Amino acid sequence: MTSTQHNVDTAPPVADETKYTTCYMCACRCGIKVHLKDGKVRYIEGNKNHPVNKGVLCAKGSAGIMQHYSPARLTKPLRRVGERGSGEFREIEWEDALDIATAWLAESRARSPRRLAFFTGRDQSQALTSLWAQQYGTPNYAAHGGFCSVNMAAGGMYTFSSAFWEFTEPDWKHTKYFLLFGVAEDHDSNPIKAGISSLKTRGAKFVSVNPVQTGYSAIADEWLGITPGTDGLFILSLVHELIRAGKVDIDYLARYTNAPYLVIDAPGTENDGLFLRDAKDQPLIWDRRKDSPAPAHGADAAPAMKGEFEVDGVKVRPVFHLMAEKYLHDRYSPDAVADKTGIKAAAIRRIAADLARVAFEEEVVIDQPWTDWTGRRHDKMIGRPVSMHAMRGISAHSNGFQTCRAIHVLQILLGSIDTPGGLRYKPPYPKGFDSLPRPTGRPAEVHRNTPLPGPHLGFVQEPADLLLDEDGTPTRIDKAFSWDAPLAAHGMMHSVISNAWAKDPYEIDVLFMYMSNMSWNSAMNTADTMKMLTDKDGDGDYKIPNIIYSDAYYSEMVAYADLVLPDTTYLERYDCISLLDRPISEADGPADSIRHPVVKPDRDVMPFQDVLLELGARLGFSALITEDGKNRYPGGYADYLANHERLPGIGMLAGFRGGNGKLSGTGAPNPNQIERYIENECFWFEEFPDELKYFKNVNQGYLDYAKEKAFIREAKPIFLSLYSEQLQKFRLAGQGHGPVQPPHSKRDRIEKHFDPLPFWYPPFEDEINVDREYPLHAITQRPAAMYHAWGSQNAWLRQIHGDNKLYIGRAVAKAHGLKDDDWAKLSSRNGQIKAQVKVMDGVNDKTVWTWNAIGKRRGAWNLDKDAKEATTGFLLNHLIDDLLPAQSGGYRYSNSDPITGQAAWYDLRVRIEKTTADAELSEPQFEPLGQPDGLAEPASILRYGKKTEAAE
Amino acid sequence: MHPAYSVIFFTTASGAGYGLLAVLGVLNFAGLLPTDRWFGLTGLVISLGLITAGLLSSTFHLGHPERAWRAFSQWRSSWLSREGVASVITYGPAAIFGYGWVFLEQTSGLWAIMGLLAAVGAVITVYCTSMIYVSLRTIAAWHNKWVTPGYLLMALVTGLVLMDALLRVFGAATDWLSWVTIISLIFVLILKIRYWSLLDTQKPVSTLATATGLGEGVKMFDPPHTGTNYLREEMGYKVARRHAEKLRKIAYALLVGIPSVLLLIAIFAPATGALLAVLATLSAAIGVATERWLFFAEAKHVVSLYYGDTNT
Amino acid sequence: MTSLPATTEKKLGLVIDLDICVGCHACAVNCKEWNTGGYHAPLTDTTPYGAQATGVWFNRIHSFEVEDGETSRTVYFPKSCLHCEDAPCVTVCPTGASYKRGEDGIVLVDESMCIGCKLCSWACPYGAREFDVDVGVMKKCTLCVDRIYNDNIPERDRVPACVATCPASARHFGDLGDPNSDVSKLVAAREGFDLMPEQDCKPVNKYLPPRARSFSKEGQRTLDDASPAGGFLGWVDRLLSD
Ligand SMILES: Nc1nc2c(c(=O)[nH]1)N[C@H]1C(S)=C(S)[C@@H](COP(=O)(O)OP(=O)(O)OC[C@H]3O[C@@H](n4cnc5c(=O)[nH]c(N)nc54)[C@H](O)[C@@H]3O)O[C@H]1N2
Ligand SMILES: Nc1nc2c(c(=O)[nH]1)N[C@H]1C(S)=C(S)[C@@H](COP(=O)(O)OP(=O)(O)OC[C@H]3O[C@@H](n4cnc5c(=O)[nH]c(N)nc54)[C@H](O)[C@@H]3O)O[C@H]1N2
Ligand code: SF4
Ligand code: SF4
Ligand code: SF4
Ligand code: SF4
Ligand code: SF4
Ligand SMILES: [Mo]
Repeated sequence: MTSTQHNVDTAPPVADETKYTTCYMCACRCGIKVHLKDGKVRYIEGNKNHPVNKGVLCAKGSAGIMQHYSPARLTKPLRRVGERGSGEFREIEWEDALDIATAWLAESRARSPRRLAFFTGRDQSQALTSLWAQQYGTPNYAAHGGFCSVNMAAGGMYTFSSAFWEFTEPDWKHTKYFLLFGVAEDHDSNPIKAGISSLKTRGAKFVSVNPVQTGYSAIADEWLGITPGTDGLFILSLVHELIRAGKVDIDYLARYTNAPYLVIDAPGTENDGLFLRDAKDQPLIWDRRKDSPAPAHGADAAPAMKGEFEVDGVKVRPVFHLMAEKYLHDRYSPDAVADKTGIKAAAIRRIAADLARVAFEEEVVIDQPWTDWTGRRHDKMIGRPVSMHAMRGISAHSNGFQTCRAIHVLQILLGSIDTPGGLRYKPPYPKGFDSLPRPTGRPAEVHRNTPLPGPHLGFVQEPADLLLDEDGTPTRIDKAFSWDAPLAAHGMMHSVISNAWAKDPYEIDVLFMYMSNMSWNSAMNTADTMKMLTDKDGDGDYKIPNIIYSDAYYSEMVAYADLVLPDTTYLERYDCISLLDRPISEADGPADSIRHPVVKPDRDVMPFQDVLLELGARLGFSALITEDGKNRYPGGYADYLANHERLPGIGMLAGFRGGNGKLSGTGAPNPNQIERYIENECFWFEEFPDELKYFKNVNQGYLDYAKEKAFIREAKPIFLSLYSEQLQKFRLAGQGHGPVQPPHSKRDRIEKHFDPLPFWYPPFEDEINVDREYPLHAITQRPAAMYHAWGSQNAWLRQIHGDNKLYIGRAVAKAHGLKDDDWAKLSSRNGQIKAQVKVMDGVNDKTVWTWNAIGKRRGAWNLDKDAKEATTGFLLNHLIDDLLPAQSGGYRYSNSDPITGQAAWYDLRVRIEKTTADAELSEPQFEPLGQPDGLAEPASILRYGKKTEAAE
Repeated sequence: MHPAYSVIFFTTASGAGYGLLAVLGVLNFAGLLPTDRWFGLTGLVISLGLITAGLLSSTFHLGHPERAWRAFSQWRSSWLSREGVASVITYGPAAIFGYGWVFLEQTSGLWAIMGLLAAVGAVITVYCTSMIYVSLRTIAAWHNKWVTPGYLLMALVTGLVLMDALLRVFGAATDWLSWVTIISLIFVLILKIRYWSLLDTQKPVSTLATATGLGEGVKMFDPPHTGTNYLREEMGYKVARRHAEKLRKIAYALLVGIPSVLLLIAIFAPATGALLAVLATLSAAIGVATERWLFFAEAKHVVSLYYGDTNT
Repeated sequence: MTSLPATTEKKLGLVIDLDICVGCHACAVNCKEWNTGGYHAPLTDTTPYGAQATGVWFNRIHSFEVEDGETSRTVYFPKSCLHCEDAPCVTVCPTGASYKRGEDGIVLVDESMCIGCKLCSWACPYGAREFDVDVGVMKKCTLCVDRIYNDNIPERDRVPACVATCPASARHFGDLGDPNSDVSKLVAAREGFDLMPEQDCKPVNKYLPPRARSFSKEGQRTLDDASPAGGFLGWVDRLLSD
């Protein structure tokens, strides 16, 4: 007999209909193809044509169905009736919700716009939310970048006018040596996986520097289990070796960077450390042939890279000379850093030798002529095939900004920025300082019922750009762009609740938040954060008076809101991934994309963007109303996307512009733009001609193109900043120079950290921990199959990560008599938690770690009260203080990078002890949250996809 | 392996039933049994009752008992199917044998041959049952030479104990049967000692190294899911070494020790024989159930290697 | 009939590259997603929002640590049905529900015939069979038999869901019976191996071992000083191009 007796339908119809849109199970923003059958989502797969994911889909993306149908979805606007945090709500109509919000917002706007703090999470509508906040007039707006990875954004922008994140990518096709620092998943996770895979398949070398050997690090050719917070030492030790051996791309440095700029050596004066400039304010170099100063970057200059010169009595030295002096110092020798970093000196020497060999002996040559800014024609593109990438392992430390700069400096020394095989810019980057805004929000810019004159966030270039009032008090509630965090380019969302509660620097009326679980996994010092949210003043009023929150699901934060605005799921709304925000461009060309509703909501919910447009219209925001005061975008966000112009010709979407939809980048609004996107599978991608693909910062062809597309203001070359004059200006202020100076108590901190050349200093927690009371480092990692808190409501993903263990190395286990599944008490200077351990080999021996955001509060996310996430799962966040211990004057700085204000999550130091669990419960445990009415009854058996009678 | 009660009950009850059936068939063929219909009725009701109850209970753990008939189709390759076929076929001669005995009080000639055929059927069925386990290479505790003898002997012994009790209750006691039973019990003892020592010393065929191809220095890091799953529940059952040791001793005592002693006393103190033999039966029943529980609980499936069990 | 076919026309199967698998679970979840509406629909989940959520999955990602010189390495290890040539799960099945297809070697369960006796799951060494308690039948990886031949989807999508979705391209699909197929060549080149060959199941799926680690492929272990005698940065002018 054969198998033909069995009936197998090998070609069943899969879908009644397929629609393209963009994934939002994380911020990678892959293209997806959604199969719809019998009105339900049958299957979601990657869009093969999409520039980001090229058809693949990660675990989260593949679990989109379970997100979309989650029983934790909010179903109707809610008004709090119980105490904050109790979860007791009354369902209200949208009309009422909008009325309440409008009333609160209008009152503050009329009183003083700064009484509103509007902060958003990892949303992708920052172009809209920031415009809305500007129109409102409050200085208090930012997204989540301050606690996420602003160190990388700022470290990059101040060094090479772009950044890691998704603003660059390693040249996956040509790289021969790839160094990855502190990355578990990252935003660009699908492209990174594809890239690493292609590297390994090609036989290129991949080295991962990470205290933990999981995920990407597991497949690295070499894993360096570094001690957290010490990467700066390791990197600068490589720099030490390369300079010692003369293995730097000296011509590249002379041409494309500020390495030859002359730096004034006049200690104690206000010009010390600044560049020597000519009358036109052009930086000068020393021309070796002419033996005289000359403007930098002249076509036929022969800049000196070392030496001491005198110009008009001013002693000067080239930047490179200073660098060599600094980094050749013994403190950066491999032997000196080996112990601290946990990386053997021999390994550091070998890696330096490898880098030098690959960069200088295995160069990549592409037969493609190009023209630089001087008009010089280069007949080939010659590249140094060493590339690097780094993220939160670097950024989430209080020394992250300088460490990030150090990585870029290393890349620049090797000549591998945007050269074949190196790190490639993704448009609209690079953006020089002339194309970047400075922050807005000084007292003089904030007026009742009046929009702010510029964007909130920007790149500070000198102390005068700080947002301070006359007596030096921060003007923003989060103290971003103050002396506490002068270069806080993404704001400091992690400080908002605690500052608002402490009314420091002032009090607010309305805290308006969107898509961020600030009472739980995105808070530092979680337990106190919850207390602040519920704390009342003498008259029994909450210290933070009104909280409006938009979420799509019943997260821990919802319970703390007074007014809850339920959002749609990502399959139910329009969204836009704009070049004005965090774009999805490729190194080969710009791209943007949209989401559109592929299914209709079955609940009384409203896309948050529509809510904002409606509130804006009700509040009378000039940009959002017509002349006769009506809502200017009655078609909601889709209408806005197509028709709103930021500047003439510039809108949210760069593709299919102009009346006929044939223009890209700039062009008149196209009323049919959204339809054109939908026809084009919801994205737009425009590949550059080959001549534009590398050397973009100095490639005239590219610069002209970028200007035409309005990516940059002027088609001028963008040189790389090894030495940061901006930082030096702050240092000078710290030394008591210039018109805007820090108060005395903050001077040392500014002077120390604003080193114009990258340097390493111990993370603050290490300094505090002098007596080694807390001998271990504790860090988290993102699991590939979970996205922060919002993955736990997902029936499939929570089977993979239902709870988390504390991973410890064998040495730690042995020292404390711990074995798998034992309970351990972990304490830090901020508190104590209890968790179950798991012993492993592949971890730095001074480090313990766990998966991020798996632990849940009981009652949240419409999970069972005994959900493992809440009973055995845990967060490290309870241990992480949001503030540093008091300074001598009693002042407590934020537990953040002193330059950018980046939250220093991974500075955490802990002590571990074996303990017993009477109940098998992790600690701390909090009161279970109540459940609002209207949440769906969670299925006890889930038969998703079961064939219905009709379908059979 | 997860010791499912339905399967334990099935194998022990039907084992005893088939054992009794075989003893009835053979002894009757040899002319060693009373021909009294009430004796026959009781013996066959108990035997076929145990068999039927066992078979029925074995369907309880099926996902689709109503399709159980399908299980007869694959006798060419599947021992489970063969067991099913054999068990059903055995009802044929057993029924004729019983008909003759109970309704006609005829136990010789053709009727006796039917009894013998039923005995053969019983042996084949129990053999098939054992082969279901023996054929599983995945479970070293089952895939060995002791399992088939074990199943056959255990069925025989429980059948003998029952028979002894039956004869004594009917006042037809034959001491030699008790002696045979005691000797068989001693064989059980030897066999279980050998079986368990094999289990304790057996070198695993598959190891995590062969399961993963990653060499000797491999150990589990994280399981695929933090929660449990069917495989872990079904195959990942673990019994603590100390607990197993205790249960083995209990099994020896209840299955071999106590019945042997009780039967010995019964031989020398025939007045209490019937009671003692019934007690011996009860003890053996609990003993064999314990033995069978261990047979499952101690059996490790190679798949547990993938879940961190270092020793299968 | 649960006797195995003597030969199959093709030996379709997967090749899994342990050298580049990053353990991301994409293949496992995408498999679940495809199959919960596919041949074995649904892949039931029990108490999915409860304290102990479990469900039917055809592909699970294990992970191991392996000693490797001074340190260890972490290896991710996806595992689904290996579509064995000598599949014991087929021969033990009493009903004929479990069978191996003659045309392509795919091992399937015909749910309509399955009595849910679980014996096949006992017979499989690899843990590739999943009992659906709700439906009372055995389910398993179908090698996406309802995708690979499905002319309702574009031709380029006719590969198993797990293969299509793997972000690292660590999974390959093809005919391992054809020595000239891409997958066979890959197995030959990378010394692909069988899991538990001693179980005599002759699995069709192959695993590619992690590559030996190259700490430094060639070249110097330490850089030489550039200007031992040339003074501070003596090399700079020598190297500058004009
Ligand atoms: N699957 C998934 N993807 C995500 C997210 C998610 O939740 N899930 N979140 C998204 C978000 S919001 C962000 S910000 C990105 C972040 O993406 P990642 O940067 O990948 O974020 P983390 O998981 O924090 O990874 C930090 C890594 O750095 C290591 N590390 C910690 N300290 C140090 C150190 O001092 N030195 C070095 N070299 N390494 C160190 C940790 O072991 C860890 O592997 O990921 C995004 N992508
Ligand atoms: N210990 C530790 N803590 C950390 C980190 C760490 O590495 N370690 N990482 C930090 C970083 S980098 C980040 S970015 C944060 C992330 O932390 P959060 O930004 O708080 O991330 P989520 O937990 O995903 O919460 C986002 C909220 O958005 C809601 N949401 C999801 N989809 C939608 C939607 O479509 N509309 C609306 N309106 N709401 C939606 C979710 O329900 C959830 O409440 O965590 C930070 N916290
Ligand atoms: S990486 Fe995954 S979750 Fe993120 S957008 Fe892409 S497919 Fe979606
Ligand atoms: S999708 Fe690919 S990389 Fe991810 S676990 Fe599966 S095989 Fe490994
Ligand atoms: S892996 Fe298991 S289920 Fe698959 S064919 Fe082999 S034995 Fe059968
Ligand atoms: S569970 Fe189903 S497929 Fe498996 S052996 Fe039993 S009848 Fe066959
Ligand atoms: S081949 Fe199909 S059914 Fe099998 S593991 Fe891959 S996706 Fe799942
Ligand atoms: Mo983040």
